[in-house]
Amino acid sequence: MNDNLVSVKNVSVEFDYQENFLSKKQKIYAVKNVSLDIKKKSFLGLVGESGSGKTTLGKAILGANKISSGQVIFHDDNIDYDLTNINKKELREYRKKAQLIFQDPYAALSPRMTVRDIIAEPLEVMKITKSREETDERVRDIASKCRLNLEHLRRYPHAFSGGQRQRISIARSLVSYPKFIVADESVAALDVSIQADILNLLKSLQKDLDLTYLFISHDLSVVAHTCDEVAVMYLGHIVEQAPSRELFTNPRHPYTKALLSSIPSIDPDNQQKAIELKGEIPSAMNPPSGCVFRTRCPNPTHECKEGHTEMGLIEVSPGHWVDQCCINCG
Amino acid sequence: MSSLLEIKNLNVQFDTDEGRIVAVENISLSVNAGEVLGVVGESGSGKSVTAKSIMQLNPGNTHYNEDAQIIIDGENTLKFTSKEDLKKIRGGKVSMIFQEPMASFAPAIKIGAQMVEQLLLHKPINKKEAKSISIDMLKRVGIADADKRFNQYAFELSGGMRQRAMIAMALSTMPKLLLADEPTTALDVTIQAQVLNLIKDIIKEYQMGVMFITHDLGVIAQTADTVAVMYLGAIVEKGPVREIIKNPKHPYTRGLLNALPDINNLDAPLRPIPGSIPSPLERPSGCVFRTRCPNPTHECKEGHIEMGLIEVSPGHWVDQCCVNCG
Amino acid sequence: MEVNSKTKEAYFTATQMQLVRTRFFGNRTAMIAGSILLFMVVCSLLSDFLSPYDPTIAGRDKEYENGAPQMPMFWDKNGFSPRPFLHTMSKYRGADTNFRWVYKKDEDKRRYVYFFVKGWEYKSFDFKINLPGKNLDFKIPGFSFDRHLFGADKGGIHLFGTDKAGKDLFSRTLSAIYISLAVGTMGVFISFVLSLIIGGISGYYGGWIDSLLQMFTDAIRTVPPIPLFMCLAAFAPQEWSSELRFFFISCLLGLISWPTLARRVRTHLLSERSQEYILAAQMSGASSTHIIARHLLPSFTSYIIVDLVISFPYMLLSETALSFIGLGLREPVNSLGVLLQNATKADVLLNYQWYFIPVFFLVVLILSFVFVGDGLRDAADPHKNK
Repeated sequence: MNDNLVSVKNVSVEFDYQENFLSKKQKIYAVKNVSLDIKKKSFLGLVGESGSGKTTLGKAILGANKISSGQVIFHDDNIDYDLTNINKKELREYRKKAQLIFQDPYAALSPRMTVRDIIAEPLEVMKITKSREETDERVRDIASKCRLNLEHLRRYPHAFSGGQRQRISIARSLVSYPKFIVADESVAALDVSIQADILNLLKSLQKDLDLTYLFISHDLSVVAHTCDEVAVMYLGHIVEQAPSRELFTNPRHPYTKALLSSIPSIDPDNQQKAIELKGEIPSAMNPPSGCVFRTRCPNPTHECKEGHTEMGLIEVSPGHWVDQCCINCG
Repeated sequence: MSSLLEIKNLNVQFDTDEGRIVAVENISLSVNAGEVLGVVGESGSGKSVTAKSIMQLNPGNTHYNEDAQIIIDGENTLKFTSKEDLKKIRGGKVSMIFQEPMASFAPAIKIGAQMVEQLLLHKPINKKEAKSISIDMLKRVGIADADKRFNQYAFELSGGMRQRAMIAMALSTMPKLLLADEPTTALDVTIQAQVLNLIKDIIKEYQMGVMFITHDLGVIAQTADTVAVMYLGAIVEKGPVREIIKNPKHPYTRGLLNALPDINNLDAPLRPIPGSIPSPLERPSGCVFRTRCPNPTHECKEGHIEMGLIEVSPGHWVDQCCVNCG
Repeated sequence: MEVNSKTKEAYFTATQMQLVRTRFFGNRTAMIAGSILLFMVVCSLLSDFLSPYDPTIAGRDKEYENGAPQMPMFWDKNGFSPRPFLHTMSKYRGADTNFRWVYKKDEDKRRYVYFFVKGWEYKSFDFKINLPGKNLDFKIPGFSFDRHLFGADKGGIHLFGTDKAGKDLFSRTLSAIYISLAVGTMGVFISFVLSLIIGGISGYYGGWIDSLLQMFTDAIRTVPPIPLFMCLAAFAPQEWSSELRFFFISCLLGLISWPTLARRVRTHLLSERSQEYILAAQMSGASSTHIIARHLLPSFTSYIIVDLVISFPYMLLSETALSFIGLGLREPVNSLGVLLQNATKADVLLNYQWYFIPVFFLVVLILSFVFVGDGLRDAADPHKNK
């Protein structure tokens, strides 16, 4: 019996890019050689900045992006869904079990549908319910779990605030009773006081509905609080992965260390100056060879700077994985 | 140390199809040279409107009250109407940087040309001098290859670099007061750290006054000297940063601090502020926070209390009706 | 100020269309223009009922050619009459008028105006399509009526005067408005169907289909419309009947103006397609049909309505221009362009100024379309600044 709900093995996702009609076609790797195990009923956080590939990876796991190499296997109770080798019927079944919560609560809801219709849409598309009464009952059930009133169901999205809209978005993702949820920056667009509300809601829903989350965010403090385990991504690679407490008290990768020190502390007496990383995030079209972090590492070894080292995660302590070339540096 | 900026009793209202909306009510703020005033608030708090009022950038349907005063360098700029006078505050004595650096730069004109244009408007120098000042400024904000970047378009720079270029442009006219409206919100956190360090260095070097608007209390804690907390157009608490964060007296400030995930205390639960921010069309009468206060007095709930700041300890001001509640 | 809860709830549960409608009704200019437009359209539909005379050559008044407009009066030197009346006109030509025909008014002979009089016969709802090829002809016999709104006894009542042949200009103007609107409607309809198909496929599928179709669209767009119109119109054989010509001109208008609308449809589809809520539906496994029907089509209904209304004036102007230079509809068919063509002679300018009355109607018609279109666009625009 597999403990993992989703196994990601050496997955790469690339995009074709052609500057104009006549130039050569190039390949951009958004995700390179990523392996990840998402355990059942866990809350895994995926952090990274722009260009890290975290959103691409999340969408690839859901089948929304084409996986160029590697495997993603979803272990349901008795069936395994291999996303690289899936037919239409299986994909439809998979979609019922794995859903996405969007970032922008304003763009993710169709302004022309009532809340009831928005939440009911997945049921109708996936033909899960057979009658209107059944649909209505499911909608009411999930709406109350997301703390939406009955009268809210008759209204249109323009009547709601950002936090409420996000709750509608969550309700829509949950209406098919999925097992796996990818939350893509689901609280980034919300005010601070509402963020806490939504995060608490996600946690309570996890308990109620036995959910497994992949929580994608750039906000480390949010991830620290809600997630059991955290993986840090940089330019398409996972550079460090550990249980969250371990990661935040004992970071090993120089990028993680810089990331953590950049979070402005709420304590004004704690004026530690952030570890400043030199330069900018390299473009995905031209990633550095060898260790992708070497252009910004505060202390690269000579070999690393030349680009001769190979990347790969190694376990430095139980459950704590770090990219091998950066163990010695930083 | 004199006051660079003093806002007294500012009320801003907008005429809309639904009637008059109160955006800002009766606020008073001041910024001194070499000091950073942080203005914290969520959506609808009126912080951007306040900043725009200083530069008179609000749209035509805005109403200011008669006795409001915005005093910059001794003059009440709210009364300025002529182009000459307005030029003094816009880009002259006051500069503003925004959240979206792409919005600051015209997409089809090179950055250098825009910086030079800005300088020529405010200083009696020629083009050559303006160009050299601009390139110096770009170097100062940490942009490598400043000569090359001077001749590039905004889209050719990354987000962090664009923001730094915008800061360079804002500072090139040597303003006395810098208004920063969420300058780092759209940036990655490592870039944000760079830009914040840059702003801190510049403040020290040029002894400017800065009004730093943000919703991120962490940034305020690390960057500001004094802070004003705004909610639905009113200041609910203001004072020195250390005092406000360690000893918040207003329930909203406390709520904001409690809602933040603290990286040093991962076990503490996140406590959101109950309810949601009322729309400006439904601004509660009396104390604006009464619909979300965890412990309002009966009188407060009815909306009979008047708002007003009182000093609870030196320099620490709290809205009077909430001193007793919460 | 506290908005009461009923209004609030109404706002919360209002559909997009209802919001648009409310915003439109609040726009005074648009509402006034809309009422005028509606009034003119209704009048044109009832043109046969409202006209006292047959606008074709059959209804000409030989006794009153090139006659000035006659206004019914209630008062004259002989006293008041509750029923409006006109004075009798008689033709006279003599040395003192340089041998030009003039009309002399006889103030003593009154002719009364009656309402709901019997007059010339007209048909409604009858269609006769006479396309080349016997199989395509079909006829629908309609209803015939002979009541008219008003008429005068013993003589003509010409509110707008008459033209050279004696045809009543009032009747001709009403009929012209009807025909111009009909040609415009057909043109808009043809253009709409074409642009929906081409723009829709282009916008929905994107990629090389889009590039190909766009090249085609742009090719048509680059051809200057006036010479194109003139060329194609000149090809129409003289023998064609008026109806056929009418049909042909409408088709031309539609075929030449679809590129603009197609581009709008495509742009709108391209931007809507990448909206997050569409992606959300796709992630639930929604089929293309579902997405198009449930999300895309409703999203641009309001835009398309606006585009349609705005393209109407262009159709009208194109038809008017074509007919004006003689390449569109021709005498004896009435259209605003045809009527305007008659107004170009110096003789008319000097003596028969009432020929210009149709110009006023053309201007009002076009302006009201423009204002209604603007009002609709403002109401439908979600980015309107408050």
